[in-house]
Amino acid sequence: MSVLELKHITTTVNAGTSEEKQILKDINLKLNDGDFVTLLGTNGAGKSTLLNTINGSLAPTTGKVVLDDKDLTSLSEVKRAKYISQVFQDPKMGTAPRMTVAENLLLATKCGKHRGLKLRGLDKHMDKFSRETAQLPNGLNDRLNTFVGNLSGGQRQTLSFLMATINKPDLLLLDEHTAALDPNTSRGLLELTAKVVREQKLTCVMITHQLKDALKYGNRTIILNSGKIVLDISGEKRKHLTEDDILQYFTD
Amino acid sequence: MSLITSTIGQGLLWGILALGLYLSFRILNFPDMTVEGTFPFGAAVCVTALVHDVNPFLATLLSFIAGMITGAVTGLLYTKGRIPILLAGILTMTGIYSANLRILGKANVGLLNHATLLNGKLLANLPANFPTIVVGLIFAIIIVILLALFLNTDLGQAFIATGDNETMARSLGINTDNMKILGLMVSNGLIGLAGGLLAQNGGYADVNMGIGTMVIGLAAIIIGEVVYGDLSLTARLVAVVVGSILYRLVLLLVLQLGFSTNDFKLISAIILAICLMLPLFQKKFHVRKLLKRGVERP
Repeated sequence: MSVLELKHITTTVNAGTSEEKQILKDINLKLNDGDFVTLLGTNGAGKSTLLNTINGSLAPTTGKVVLDDKDLTSLSEVKRAKYISQVFQDPKMGTAPRMTVAENLLLATKCGKHRGLKLRGLDKHMDKFSRETAQLPNGLNDRLNTFVGNLSGGQRQTLSFLMATINKPDLLLLDEHTAALDPNTSRGLLELTAKVVREQKLTCVMITHQLKDALKYGNRTIILNSGKIVLDISGEKRKHLTEDDILQYFTD
Repeated sequence: MSLITSTIGQGLLWGILALGLYLSFRILNFPDMTVEGTFPFGAAVCVTALVHDVNPFLATLLSFIAGMITGAVTGLLYTKGRIPILLAGILTMTGIYSANLRILGKANVGLLNHATLLNGKLLANLPANFPTIVVGLIFAIIIVILLALFLNTDLGQAFIATGDNETMARSLGINTDNMKILGLMVSNGLIGLAGGLLAQNGGYADVNMGIGTMVIGLAAIIIGEVVYGDLSLTARLVAVVVGSILYRLVLLLVLQLGFSTNDFKLISAIILAICLMLPLFQKKFHVRKLLKRGVERP
């Protein structure tokens, strides 16, 4: 069971100055177990701020972040990594270039566990890693011992995705994770995302700017506009939603 | 001959400093200026202890611990105090200068007639310069092995990841602040140790002996990389020590050409600058290809 609750989240930047701006305005949201949410909104609507509030890299001005009845609000990003994993937009951000594919995967496997002075035991994990990578597109399984810096953007992003899901996180955050890829690679990774989220029954929030993708993938769509949730739709109603309907919510 | 053996011994001891610098400069990926304060600090602590008849092993260990303390100070200023790393290092380095003067009591303290690691009973019977080589080899080998093991532990991998991609490291639950502090402590510990050993080798500690050590350490790292190219991490550590010896040999060569020791710093800087620009030259003039062609041609 993984239920995420956001209670009265408000984020104000530059408080007390003439530049004061409310980015998130009293956001209340409950994600149910297995929800795959596609999150839409114009630039500056607060999508990334919302994601950063959930993953802990940004503390909200007021409000609470609760995951499975645990209050995460005061936990740092590092501590939340045990429960929440994320794939960034930039393929370079989610992987370590001077380490090999296998070493990167091992780092992800150890996420949330104690990292002490025990030898890392990479060999013991190699079988598992080649099995996991064999199911992915773009031939990562042949390149387990390649330095990640030598991979293509698509391969790096696929690796980031595998790293984020290898421990079956309670919550998976995807910040436009296919935006930097070519259309074919992008579709491949989106299909993989849908498959993995379905098979592992993950709870997931995916930011996207592609209206088609937002409707095609997931079971629920949320639209943010100037820091407020203006649409939260799922089930039958969502099936009848068109791209034109969505665009209406983008204007003020 | 004695010039060469003395150079190799020196190279090994400086190699320990280069190994320490490697942790911050190459693995954590930032320039740590603390080096220039840590090195004389290790020397001052070690020499003062020896002058007070402390056991040489203990005195040498103290120089390592002294280095760890300066590393911790820079690490805390950088991570918790949010001071940029260059400035944090310079602040610590500047502060240590006064500490060194306090510890030594004056600018320069000699070790005449005091027991050191290098003039113990076992080593005293060896020919000149060999005690330095033996001690240098033992320390270099132990440190390379320990570092290689450490970098292959879960903690070591988290340390490498922190330098490689901090955003990713944090998102994988690695406390990057702690990793940086740990790295700076071990790095400066080794640099302090090198200071202690080189002070015992030279027979004195001087408050100004830190000037230029950053360049010497970097030169060793870069020469090792230029000579050996792509290597595994463990082999890279060995290359750093070898690079340090090569660098000393280059300096010896330059000295033989008729330059005075006063020119050392300038020569050091020029050598490092040339080494740093080598990749650029290679691209521009295809040096490797030219060299290869020159060799292959009958």
